[in-house]
Amino acid sequence: MKVCRGCNSVALPSRPRAPRAVAIVGPPNSGKSTLFNRLSGLRQKVANYPGVTVEQRLGRARINGGGEVVLIDLPGLYSLTPRSEDERVARDVLSGEMRDCPCPEAVLLVLDSTHLARHLTLAAPILGLGLPCLVVLNMADELRQRGGAVDIEALARELGAPVALVSALQGEGLEVVRSFLQRWGAAPAPAALPVLYDVPRCRAWASRVGQRASYQAPAPSLVTRRLDAIFLHPWWGVLILAVVLVMVFQAIFAWSRPLTDGVQALIAFSGARLGALLPASPLRSLLLEGVWGGVGSVVVFLPQILLLFAFLGILEDSGYLARAALIADRTMARIGLQGKSFIPLLSAHACATPAILAARTIENKRDRIATILIAPLVTCTARLPVYTLVIAAFLPERPLLGPLLGTRAAAILGLYLLGFLAALGTAWLLKSSILKSDPTPFVLEMPPYRRPTLRALADRLVDRARIFLRRAGTVILAIAVTMWLMAHLPLEEERQPPIEHSFVGTLGRLIEPAVKPLGFDWKIGVGLISSLAAREAIVGTLGALHGLDPEARTLGLQEALRKDLTPSGAVALLVFFALTMPCLITFGLVGRETGSWKWPLLQFAYMGVLAYTGAWVAHRLAGLLG
Amino acid sequence: MSLLDLHEGQQGVLDRLELPEEAARRLMELGFLPGSTVVAAKCAPGGDPRVFRVDGAEIALRSATAARLKLRVPAPATPEQAG
Repeated sequence: MKVCRGCNSVALPSRPRAPRAVAIVGPPNSGKSTLFNRLSGLRQKVANYPGVTVEQRLGRARINGGGEVVLIDLPGLYSLTPRSEDERVARDVLSGEMRDCPCPEAVLLVLDSTHLARHLTLAAPILGLGLPCLVVLNMADELRQRGGAVDIEALARELGAPVALVSALQGEGLEVVRSFLQRWGAAPAPAALPVLYDVPRCRAWASRVGQRASYQAPAPSLVTRRLDAIFLHPWWGVLILAVVLVMVFQAIFAWSRPLTDGVQALIAFSGARLGALLPASPLRSLLLEGVWGGVGSVVVFLPQILLLFAFLGILEDSGYLARAALIADRTMARIGLQGKSFIPLLSAHACATPAILAARTIENKRDRIATILIAPLVTCTARLPVYTLVIAAFLPERPLLGPLLGTRAAAILGLYLLGFLAALGTAWLLKSSILKSDPTPFVLEMPPYRRPTLRALADRLVDRARIFLRRAGTVILAIAVTMWLMAHLPLEEERQPPIEHSFVGTLGRLIEPAVKPLGFDWKIGVGLISSLAAREAIVGTLGALHGLDPEARTLGLQEALRKDLTPSGAVALLVFFALTMPCLITFGLVGRETGSWKWPLLQFAYMGVLAYTGAWVAHRLAGLLG
Repeated sequence: MSLLDLHEGQQGVLDRLELPEEAARRLMELGFLPGSTVVAAKCAPGGDPRVFRVDGAEIALRSATAARLKLRVPAPATPEQAG
């Protein structure tokens, strides 16, 4: 029996009923995750390995005959040398030393058949583990199309392990994988293995094995070269990238409109129906204003976020994103970052959390931390409702550039620019001080261009939607309910207190001296506190506070704001939001991803000071200018 | 001579990597092994980073790194290689 140190009891062999676990291993870009998605469908769980920032993806695959196996999708690896965090995690999982992770009893080694000579290098350490192993040669369709070939029987003899030629993307050849999952054989018995930590020898071994299996590398993809001639063209390349970026923004802000409106209408409609069903009581108010209103105000952003991810998914699956990173590298280098930081900063325009996750592709740890620290300065979609409300209340719409640009759109653009410049400046500051880089060279693999498939895209979107909705159902829900309770308690003579006497009111009075220099009253102050949970929460909070305030009840929210805020206070509020502290979800994620609370604390303090100072200066300046 | 001296389409044989061990190993795992043939491919608009084709893969390196990957000086008798 295999000794499994530190393993969670789920996978202990002494429990005969627990499903057996199989690890999926492979180099980056080998299509490992596509295979994982194919085999496990939607039955996945994403978490982090304890103590490290590496994502743990577990899935369940049904096997013939009714049983199930647990699939562990390990991070992409070039070798098992435990240098990077990813490689350390992979080694620990494979040797059964990882806490809270089932101990794998077999391995699916996924290699890109179009890069077999190179990818076979990883086979040496994996086969050396002594676990039953199926070598999955992926991208069979591409190998065929481009005139490559491999004798899988000869390869199986050389490696002493079964080999399957599949296309995970097209679903071709997966029966072999499924029957391996159902019943795997003995440990592999390779003809020979090289010294594992000697890279040149491993490579020599890999090419010898390739030769014996009569491996013929496919002809370099003509399509890829032709497309690169366009996409990396000195002028066209830059122009196309600019067009792509404009399209991404257009998608987030314009094309998502009907979808967002639809979701909003749906939430309002269902809220109204629910309200009609319930008798008037504090419970009804809690459900409608607290739960439905609070959670609904966040769920409205789902279409926008999914649209952004659809775009990013298409760009990534097609291979264009690597080119975009290549083109951006030179510009990013000026502020001390690199091309790979470009993708997270682009995603940050939707939300900082996916951006922080996307920073995982950056190998240089300092560059990665710098990217994570500046991501929340980029204006995320959650700030849009705040901008829209304040600008609509204070700035009359006038055309600036004919029908192209009005004053309000210009103000929003200006706020975007402010956030972006703050991010760039901060990056430069970090990279020339505490995060000065160690000399890890910038290396970026250019995958061939591929046609993105609907299936892979759908898998991504479902994954994202699930993460987003889980957040709305937990953190946002908790905040909304807390806000509601704080506004309705403590009871005065068993009745709801006037808002000034509620906990929220008390809190507001407490912080009023701190926000007064910025031109804010206590309601805005409470709104700012609630915006720590989610930026857009301030709109809901202000709505609730004004709705409860008998004086303001008759006024719309815009009018109520005009009554509470001076124009210079409004400018200060906008500037504050452009530079404001990361929301709590981001805060937690930064802690998790950087592996230390020092970074999110630094980020929070820095952005807090930046926002406060910026708002104060804006308030003074706007006051002077009238 | 280093990788930096190759024009688009030209190739050369890698001789040594004048980089710290960690960095050199990482590049070797990607295929930049002494003795392997490297072909210069496209570069980013502006000329940096540059893409190199090695062992069937295309990998982008910044010029600063490419300059540290030294090429074997071709023997005088080598027939001219078409790019």
